[in-house]
Amino acid sequence: MELLVCIKQVPDTSEIKLDPETNNLIRTGLPSIVNPDDMHALEAALAVKDQYEGSRVTVVSMGPPQAEEALRQCLALGADDAVLVTDRAFGGADTLATSYTIASAIRHIQRTMNRQFQIIFCGKQAIDGDTAQVGPQIAEELGMAQATYACELSVDQAAQKAVVKRQHENGYEIVEVPLPLLVTATAELNEPRQPGLWSSIYAKRYTITHVTLRDMPHIDESRIGLNGSPTRVRKVYQPPLRGKVEMLPSIEEGAKKVLELAYHIKPEKFAHLLVPNDAPVEVAEDNDEGVDVKDPVQRAASVESVSPSEFKAVAAAKGDEGSKGGDR
Amino acid sequence: MAIDRNETFDVIVVGAGPAGSAAALRLAEQRVKVLLIERGTAPGAKNMMGGRIYTHSLERLVPDFRDRAPLERKVTKERISIGAGNEMTTIEYSYEDGQPNEESYVVLRAKFDKWLAEEAEKKGALLVSNVQVTDLITEGEGKKQRVVGVRCHDDEVYAKLVIIAEGSNTLLLEKAGLTAPTDPSTMAVGVKEVYKLKKEDLENRLMLSGDDGMAWLTLGDMTSGLLGGGFIYTNKDSLSVGMVVGLEDIGKADRSVDDMLSAFTSHPRIAPLLKNGQLKEHSAHLVPEGGYKSMPKLGGNGYIIVGDAARMCMNLGYTIRGMDLAIESGMCAADAVNVALRDENMDRVAKLYERQIKSSWLLKDLKRYKNMPKFLATHPRIFNEYPAFVNNLMRDVFTVNGDGAVPMMKKIMRRVGDIGLFTLIRDAWKGVRSL
Repeated sequence: MELLVCIKQVPDTSEIKLDPETNNLIRTGLPSIVNPDDMHALEAALAVKDQYEGSRVTVVSMGPPQAEEALRQCLALGADDAVLVTDRAFGGADTLATSYTIASAIRHIQRTMNRQFQIIFCGKQAIDGDTAQVGPQIAEELGMAQATYACELSVDQAAQKAVVKRQHENGYEIVEVPLPLLVTATAELNEPRQPGLWSSIYAKRYTITHVTLRDMPHIDESRIGLNGSPTRVRKVYQPPLRGKVEMLPSIEEGAKKVLELAYHIKPEKFAHLLVPNDAPVEVAEDNDEGVDVKDPVQRAASVESVSPSEFKAVAAAKGDEGSKGGDR
Repeated sequence: MAIDRNETFDVIVVGAGPAGSAAALRLAEQRVKVLLIERGTAPGAKNMMGGRIYTHSLERLVPDFRDRAPLERKVTKERISIGAGNEMTTIEYSYEDGQPNEESYVVLRAKFDKWLAEEAEKKGALLVSNVQVTDLITEGEGKKQRVVGVRCHDDEVYAKLVIIAEGSNTLLLEKAGLTAPTDPSTMAVGVKEVYKLKKEDLENRLMLSGDDGMAWLTLGDMTSGLLGGGFIYTNKDSLSVGMVVGLEDIGKADRSVDDMLSAFTSHPRIAPLLKNGQLKEHSAHLVPEGGYKSMPKLGGNGYIIVGDAARMCMNLGYTIRGMDLAIESGMCAADAVNVALRDENMDRVAKLYERQIKSSWLLKDLKRYKNMPKFLATHPRIFNEYPAFVNNLMRDVFTVNGDGAVPMMKKIMRRVGDIGLFTLIRDAWKGVRSL
């Protein structure tokens, strides 16, 4: 069986840092690794290779020349061949341009190396972009069946089909798919093996084939690199840290808290729902004295002098009119 | 291209630390077909030491190492401190204009070992990382037992000779029955933390300039009375701070080694040095401390042992050596192999290697200090009473309190009385004699 694995060299995001001023990723000095989900894709391919004697695993990656290191890691684990798709013209690509370029390279490899890939394995997503788009887009471009988020896989070469258990948010889906097939692997699919000695020696000595733009004369140059990428990143930012969680004892307390928080964000909108603890519920009308209720600025200023904890929720009090109002 | 599982090598080196890489480098220079196997993800990834290499042997291996090796700082300042409680007595010695062969540098092993292994690779050695050798393959029994190759899980590879540079934890040798299990009294555990500092802070706090560095060893109650001591070494923009504690009595101590280390880094004499430092690394490793007397047979049929695996380490309290011995032993091993290959008589390798080691400074140095480890192990006063004695004495010398001056001799004798004059003289005599 001819098997192909697509891998990506990614910065080890467990060590990633953002520039506090520009919010750009600081990539210099970051150790590079093979994207973790891709290791599961490779293991799945190697398992099929073990199952069907005479199978071959080819690994392909798109990236700068230093991505050879990632390909060598795959060879050390047991892959037979490695191809690096590399050209400055491919740089700056979004997922659409990337998957078109890789699909074109796969066609090129099939032609020049004379092998028809029956299963293509990808990781479900890369840890640096988290899009989970490239695998499915390659399948679309090549017009082959796809089964994403695979957590179990069994291949039947004779019947030319595979059964894939797919992982969903709320359960699993088991599908039977014809070959040729593209699978994207989750971490649950398998446990990657350790590199062997002989395959490591093989990896050291192997000459990795480079596929550049010139090798693919039929490629549509308007669909590659930065120019072929419709995606525009408008802003990269660090999400604000989530504040501390507070457990409240009752629904009433909760309702009160929600109003207080809402008041903090838009005092002019929510001030009328909040009243000081020691005042009657109808206190909102007292605002007539000296404060123009219709002027949000004045109104906000007038209520802001009282700390929110001294307020009680009008909403909670509405049910029992005439009582001291929400004072419970 | 296909995998040929029947391919053989002249020499397999197990472990790409300084000893293994030095051997592989020398062998590759002589066009010997050598396979260097490293278990870590890269050479040096799992190696650790305090910080200093005396570079005399490295200079003979890689003459232009000063331009190429990842060196942190050249040591131009030595400090030894004796601590008791919050008190500390320190001797400092600074120097320059030493001879080239007298130099020593602080290095970080993750960088240095990787570099040295790559030097060997450049010379033609085949370096394979991230592969664990699980067994030595041997043939025959008893005296006829011969190492013929190594096994890495399911893969086997054969060679005319295996150089074992597996480091202080001699799992392969023990598993193959080629050495006895390690005696814990000959081992210590080293723990180390690396604190990143602003370069100028580091230099200002220790009064260093340029690429100059410092080696600082401490002795005293930081090891809770156990054999051992603390250390601080200066990297380019970080400090390596740690301690080494004898393995045998670790369970009898009143606190864990980690607790000792955190007490050390927060010691009032040390903490100001680390202020605003960012903890970057925490590591631990076994250290052979037994010296000459703990050395195994250096080789046999089909194998020789180099570096830490052969217990080539020396700790005198004021100088601590390991890497220079490791590199020397690797070079001796390579020389022996080259002679044996030339004569086409590999059975003589172990003998030749032993002869090389014996005729080099390596064995002479180890032999000279052969009684030191035992002296330290059997004189716990060195780590308890004597540090207190020194600091009490210093307090007496420097105290002015208006209660009337006491004659110096009386001050000294009062403190000597705490220990006993006879004990003090006997220990000092024995200590000096083992140097």
